[in-house]
Amino acid sequence: MAEVLALYLPVWLAHAVAALVKAGILLALVATAAAAFTWLERKVSARIQDRLGPTRVGGRFGWLQSPADGLKLLAKEDTMPAAADALLFKLAPYISFCASFSVFLALPFANGWVAQHLNVAAFFVLAIAGLEIFGVILAGYAPGSKWSLFGAMREAAQVVSYEVPLGLCVVVPVMVAGTMDLMAIGNMQRGMFWNWFIFHDPFTFLAFWVYFTCAVASVNRAPFDLAEAESELVAGFHTEYSGFRWSVFFMAEYGSMTAVSCLAAILFLGGWNGPIPIVHWLGLTPDNGALAGWIGNLLGACNFLLKAFFGVVAMMWARWTLPRLRIDQVMATCLKYCIPLAAAAFLGAMVWTVLFPGGLLPLGSPLGVVAEGSPSVIHSADEQPGG
Amino acid sequence: MNNLGDEAAMINWHSFFFLLMASISAVAAVAVVLSANVVRMAFYLIISLGGVAGLFFLAGADFVGTMQLVIYVGGTLVLLVFGVMLTARGPFVTMRTSGGHWVLAVAVGGALLVVLLQAAVRVGVWQEGRRVEPSLTAKAEKTATPLGLGLLGVRVDKLDEQRAVLRQGMSGYLLPFEIISVHLLVVLVGAAYLARAKRRRREAAGGGEQRDGGS
Repeated sequence: MAEVLALYLPVWLAHAVAALVKAGILLALVATAAAAFTWLERKVSARIQDRLGPTRVGGRFGWLQSPADGLKLLAKEDTMPAAADALLFKLAPYISFCASFSVFLALPFANGWVAQHLNVAAFFVLAIAGLEIFGVILAGYAPGSKWSLFGAMREAAQVVSYEVPLGLCVVVPVMVAGTMDLMAIGNMQRGMFWNWFIFHDPFTFLAFWVYFTCAVASVNRAPFDLAEAESELVAGFHTEYSGFRWSVFFMAEYGSMTAVSCLAAILFLGGWNGPIPIVHWLGLTPDNGALAGWIGNLLGACNFLLKAFFGVVAMMWARWTLPRLRIDQVMATCLKYCIPLAAAAFLGAMVWTVLFPGGLLPLGSPLGVVAEGSPSVIHSADEQPGG
Repeated sequence: MNNLGDEAAMINWHSFFFLLMASISAVAAVAVVLSANVVRMAFYLIISLGGVAGLFFLAGADFVGTMQLVIYVGGTLVLLVFGVMLTARGPFVTMRTSGGHWVLAVAVGGALLVVLLQAAVRVGVWQEGRRVEPSLTAKAEKTATPLGLGLLGVRVDKLDEQRAVLRQGMSGYLLPFEIISVHLLVVLVGAAYLARAKRRRREAAGGGEQRDGGS
């Protein structure tokens, strides 16, 4: 993008504008996702509880509920406890949001559509996603309130524990693909849906479910939401927050939910490749001109966001269906079930890739080469996109 | 790239972000020293380490930068949680540094600074006077791969060694690496033991004697 802009602008300005546009798109995506998922959460929870949810704000379906909530939150009084550490109290929500937002910098949305192409993107995403807890700890400590501190402690212990099986599960598709580059991982799963890594072998199938469980726990959603257990801790780490700062925490939470779902979509569910490679049958690839490639990427990005959307909906479904676990049950789930399962999936997938390097069934070749694949398809799996 | 003429009006983003990240790290590092509150110290330390990670990303070393985030920033975070918050008696712990500690810290820190500065000044490429030919520096392209493989026990740098005597000892640094790892583990276990023993003694002094560390 910077190269195109450099034709019309000075080089330094072109780079700045390109960076700002990319950051702006991502910020808009996170903020829109937060607003949309807030509304959706109300509707989903209402339907599960046999209610209607918001129906009046903005006409049908209550689709203006989120903007109305946003206005209400902006107008709320911004309180701070007298005993609080003012600097940390004010910074905490933004730190959480920054971590949650920075994950999207390295997430590709389609082949070549990424803000910053990193060849260790999977690792980077995990590292940044783990930093969100920093804001939560500060938010728990800074107000000087015991509810906040208890909530932050629980959340810290939970997130630190669940990062171990989460990391192990991420390693499984990384190992199958042989790269930590999320773009390459996504491109390898091109073709029919059995090329997706979740269907690569039984162990990656297992790893996906363990990943999803751990992802739900690491973003502190129910049934793992001990950190903000309303019945015991008022509201956990954000007890003392109100108004805009509270809503920043909320955006960070929904941003993280979207991020882990996006990561699941890339690592296991084929990323921007649909279940059937219609885009490739129609010839919408960069080989047939820039416009065709662009349209194909646009469809791919829709595909990708749809998968991430279903991931978030599944999290909501779990939240409104399952009761909250106790702290010992949370830890037992992590240590006694998730870690052994993740380790078994890791070892199993390793043995499987050694034993059946070409896949068990002759269903097209694995790793992204479609059955009628021309050599150009093979090349594009590991091309370096210039986004 | 048709606007190369107005290079004078160009902002060098690389220098800009280098200075930004470096000053964030430096200012936060000074703030660590100057603040008295333990949690604030940890906060500034994390900001400082994060700035260093930013410098790594700026240098194109994505993996090292990510490692910096995971190990140092994440590690400090865990230290903050389990070292400070769980052991503190009351909220907002403050630490008073005595004069002797200041002298000792300044001596050690100053000595390290002198060593690092000397090493930095001696790097030939960085000196304005004797700049190495650009073609040479571009061609060299050293990576950390041989070192990393050496830590895993494979000395790839010895493969193209001509003399047979030097080609021996291909085992690499796996054993020292493992020894250091086990050493760190021992230290960790020892720290956990010390923290636990203290709590048990306190409980015993308080009158309860049968329960040994139930929390």
